Amino acid sequence: MFLARVLGSVTSTIKHSDYNSAKLMVVQPIMPDGKDDGASALAVDATGVGRGEIVLVIRQGVAAGLVLNVELPAVRSVIVGVVDDIDIKE
Amino acid sequence: MFLGRVIGKIWATRKDASLKGFRLLVIEPIDHEHKKAGDAFVAVDVVNASDGETIYWVGSREAPNALPDKYGPVDAAVVGIVDQVDA
Repeated sequence: MFLARVLGSVTSTIKHSDYNSAKLMVVQPIMPDGKDDGASALAVDATGVGRGEIVLVIRQGVAAGLVLNVELPAVRSVIVGVVDDIDIKE
Repeated sequence: MFLGRVIGKIWATRKDASLKGFRLLVIEPIDHEHKKAGDAFVAVDVVNASDGETIYWVGSREAPNALPDKYGPVDAAVVGIVDQVDA
C-alpha cells in the first residue's frame, strides 16, 4: 500500500465495465514525510474521500478485487482508507 | 492506473495467436497536468480510443483482466477514455 494526497477526480463515460460504478480519483503518491513521490496516479475510491485528504491506496489486483467485489478486476489501485495521523520515529 | 495520451497505433500481422483481433495503441504516460510522465509504450485497447485522446490504462497482472477471457500476453491495457480531469 502507499500513501497519497487526493488531488481531484476523473470523469469518464466510455470505459471497461469494471469501472462502471467506480469513482476515479487523481492521487499524488507521497512519502511519509509528505513530500511528493513520483508522478500522479489514478485510484478507484472505495472509501468516500475528498480533495486534499491523505489516503491509503492498495496497488494490487487481487486486493482490489476483494474491495470492489469483482473477480480478476482490470483495476489495480483502490483507496482503502483516510489517514488521520502519521507518526514517524526519525 | 495512470493517465495517458494515444500517440499512435501498431499493426502487427505476425503475432501471438491470442493477440489476434486486438487493437494495439502507442501510449504516452502523462500526469494530471498532461505533462509527460514516462516513456511511450504499447497497450491493448478495449475501449476504442482514438489518436490524441486522453485515456487511462492499467498495467501488470491486471492488464489481462481487461480482456474478455481475462487472460492473454498483455502487460498494459487502455481501460477508459477521459472526459475531464478535475485536479
